[in-house]
Amino acid sequence: MDVSTAVFYLIALITVGSAGMVAFSRNIIYSAFSLLGTFMGVAGLYVFLGADFVAAVQLLIYVGGILVLILFAVMLTHRITDVEVTNRAAGRIPALVVIGVLVYFLIETVRQTPWVKAKAVVYAATTATIGDAFLYDYLLPFELASLVLLGAMIGAVVLSRKEIKE
Amino acid sequence: MSPNELSSYLIVGAVLFSLGMFTVLTRRNAISVLMGVELILNSANINYVAFSHFSSGNSAGQIYAIFVIMLAAAEAAVGLAIVLAIFQLFHTIDVEAAETLKE
Repeated sequence: MDVSTAVFYLIALITVGSAGMVAFSRNIIYSAFSLLGTFMGVAGLYVFLGADFVAAVQLLIYVGGILVLILFAVMLTHRITDVEVTNRAAGRIPALVVIGVLVYFLIETVRQTPWVKAKAVVYAATTATIGDAFLYDYLLPFELASLVLLGAMIGAVVLSRKEIKE
Repeated sequence: MSPNELSSYLIVGAVLFSLGMFTVLTRRNAISVLMGVELILNSANINYVAFSHFSSGNSAGQIYAIFVIMLAAAEAAVGLAIVLAIFQLFHTIDVEAAETLKE
């Protein structure tokens, strides 16, 4: 087993293990911080796949933005001095059975499907290609996405402000 | 399983999707449900980038992954704002407690 395989196994283990903590932890603070491991691990997988720009975006937006947002929401909605179980779960056994069957069929499908293979697997810097694509082929979706972000920002402000009763 | 095979990335994505689905199904805490949604979106992104690298050979999959990340940010902002509004109204974020629309 060479070094890159070992590193791949380590990153996959961190990703899946942290996701397991998110799914099974009894404390919501632990769940929120485990999400950090998952996001970093997914960024590592992107690096393995030669997607340098997507890995950087993953770190910036998920780790720097969404995770901080989730931590803020956790801190604002919980009395964090409580030691009791903050992360209630219900119906675990049936859900575990359903998910077990689901993951079995997904992995069997992945193993047995003859996936299309590219002619050559290339490792090259992708930033310039992605920038060109956003400004030529994907210009309309790009502008629509900026509108969606503006709408989401206004919506979040409207939803979370306090109402002043007169 | 090796870093040069498509199927190893797809398996990681499948396991991540299942764990996210489990989180969404079992949690009663609204923020935890949103965390499960983030796990599911991440697993979809792994598949996009993996197929872009191994199957199509062009960067379309990476561009879709970036769109998914953008929409995930919007979803997280609006979702957590809704959670905060529910918390101000009901003083809990248990998804079973917020059932005023049901009656």
